[in-house]
Amino acid sequence: MSAIVLETKKLTKYFSDPVKFQVLKEIDLRISRGEFVSIVGKSGCGKSTLLYLLSTMDTDYEGELYLEDTLITGKTDKELAQIRNEKIGFVFQFHYLLAEYNVLKNVMLPGLKLNKLPEAEVEQHAMDHLRTLDMADQALKMPNQLSGGQKQRVAIARALINNPLVIMGDEPTGNLDKKNSDLVFDIFKELTQEHQQTLLIVTHDTDFASRTQRTITMQDGKIVL
Amino acid sequence: MNVKLILNIALHLLRARLKQTIVAAVGVTFGIAMFITLVSFMNGMNDLLDGLMLNRTPHVRLYNEIKPSDQQPISFSKKYQNNTNFISSVKPKDRGKAIYNCKSVIHTLTLDPRIIDVAPKVTVPVFFNSGTIEIAGIINGIDVLAEEKLFKISDYIIEGQVGDLLQYNSIIIGKGLADKMLLEKGDIIKVTTSKGNLTSLKVVGISQVGIADIDNTMSYTSLVTAQKLLGEPTNYITDIQVKTYDITTSPALAKEFKEKFGLDTIDYQTTNSQFETGSSIRSLISYAVGIVLLIVAGFGIYNILNMMIFEKMDSIAILKATGFSGSDVKWIFIALSMIIGLAGGIFGLLFGYTLSSIVDVIPFNTAALPTVKTYPINYNPMYYFIGIAFAMLTTFIAGLFPALKASKIDPVEIIRGK
Repeated sequence: MSAIVLETKKLTKYFSDPVKFQVLKEIDLRISRGEFVSIVGKSGCGKSTLLYLLSTMDTDYEGELYLEDTLITGKTDKELAQIRNEKIGFVFQFHYLLAEYNVLKNVMLPGLKLNKLPEAEVEQHAMDHLRTLDMADQALKMPNQLSGGQKQRVAIARALINNPLVIMGDEPTGNLDKKNSDLVFDIFKELTQEHQQTLLIVTHDTDFASRTQRTITMQDGKIVL
Repeated sequence: MNVKLILNIALHLLRARLKQTIVAAVGVTFGIAMFITLVSFMNGMNDLLDGLMLNRTPHVRLYNEIKPSDQQPISFSKKYQNNTNFISSVKPKDRGKAIYNCKSVIHTLTLDPRIIDVAPKVTVPVFFNSGTIEIAGIINGIDVLAEEKLFKISDYIIEGQVGDLLQYNSIIIGKGLADKMLLEKGDIIKVTTSKGNLTSLKVVGISQVGIADIDNTMSYTSLVTAQKLLGEPTNYITDIQVKTYDITTSPALAKEFKEKFGLDTIDYQTTNSQFETGSSIRSLISYAVGIVLLIVAGFGIYNILNMMIFEKMDSIAILKATGFSGSDVKWIFIALSMIIGLAGGIFGLLFGYTLSSIVDVIPFNTAALPTVKTYPINYNPMYYFIGIAFAMLTTFIAGLFPALKASKIDPVEIIRGK
């Protein structure tokens, strides 16, 4: 297994609406296994755009993207979905849980989609993750019965369910108060330290960024630091 | 593709919008129920009307027609063979109405595997006498058992029994005639044939087919009685009626028998072409109405799904972000639509059956159809099969377009848009 989890070569992206505008300029980036990386920068510097390119959800770019030394660029929608399912976990600014399912089911869903383990085992794993995040007692509640911090913890548990290669976060603490964002940070910290989980977090919060292992600063579509 | 998971997600999405789902399903239910009721009723009516005419009509009838000879004497002359001959004032040739060698013709037909049975008949034009009044009519001398087997004449007999015709000198007369001549079962009727023979017959029954012309003139007696009326021997038969297993083959059979036996033949399609047209148009109308109802239901589903997709943008985005591909999302929404179609359709079939059963017991008394007491319904399982297939098809199509739209939703746009 390679130590490099994520690698980009000359990643370039344009927005064409309303005028053609280069958001990302030939970004070369490498992230190794077990790294806790944060991306910071001013609004509009392209940090979120970069994250969505790395997440494989946005396929409209130039350059090359590698995940574990495999070229991702140019794969079909189905293959990309499979990769997202298996190798990438997401935590967004807004919790983005499915309102139709209870907490446990929400966590289980990507595992069920992967369909590699029997349902009972997926449920067991989901409960384990919820327990680590101190959410086991909320497992059967519906998402709308939870507080913001609790929802974010459920989202983290969901991101973990398939033991992903990398967890990506787009402002995961952006919507939380100080206490809850510290809680989320501690969870992330624990994941990298105890489980060698690779994390890539886009954030505004300089305090949050300063506590991560590595901070990537972006400006005008380029990595400056 | 993980079918179980996709169905599970579809069901959860439906459960979250239970009211809309029910409204959509009720649309399908209504469409299917109306379709089933309409088609069953229309076809029941068709069967009834067809039965009225077709069941009483032989599929193929063999007889001697009075017509001019195809070959006039001059065509036998060698001398004028190459000339064009004009013959004026040609008269039809009377070959006699009796079918020559009828016993062997009937025997051959009975052995034919394509034929259900054969009923010989003697038609006797007569006058029914009532005092000084003479009423023209026709007596059909029938082979009672064969006639009953093929044409179910007992369905049209409102008084008396067909079996009573087996007695000598008995007759079953039409209702119209009975009313005119004030005759009842058990009375004696005097009959004069065209040759002047006068005979008395005992009325053992009264028939009514619902067609005034027939009820005013037609009457039935046994073959033997009819032959006796005419003073003819027992091999005197004027018509041979044939019923085939496959009614569509009758035109071909008619042609074949015409050549084989040298008789005139006519098939039921030629005799009753207008009935065929009527039936097929009635079916067409009921199918058209059913399909229109389903299309309307389909638009309802289309709307509701579109709305649901708009509401569930976030869910779609998160599904895609966590590894569901566009085609998975498409199938979730198609499954959603088809669940509505299946549930609505099954209830539609049940309601359709219930409605049909209700129509089936509504009294329907008409002088034209004496044996029919309630509205006719045809419970052909085929209609139910077509109904559910239509329901699935329309909901599939109605779901397809919103589903394609959902599959193309860009999750990045939704997630970043917040």
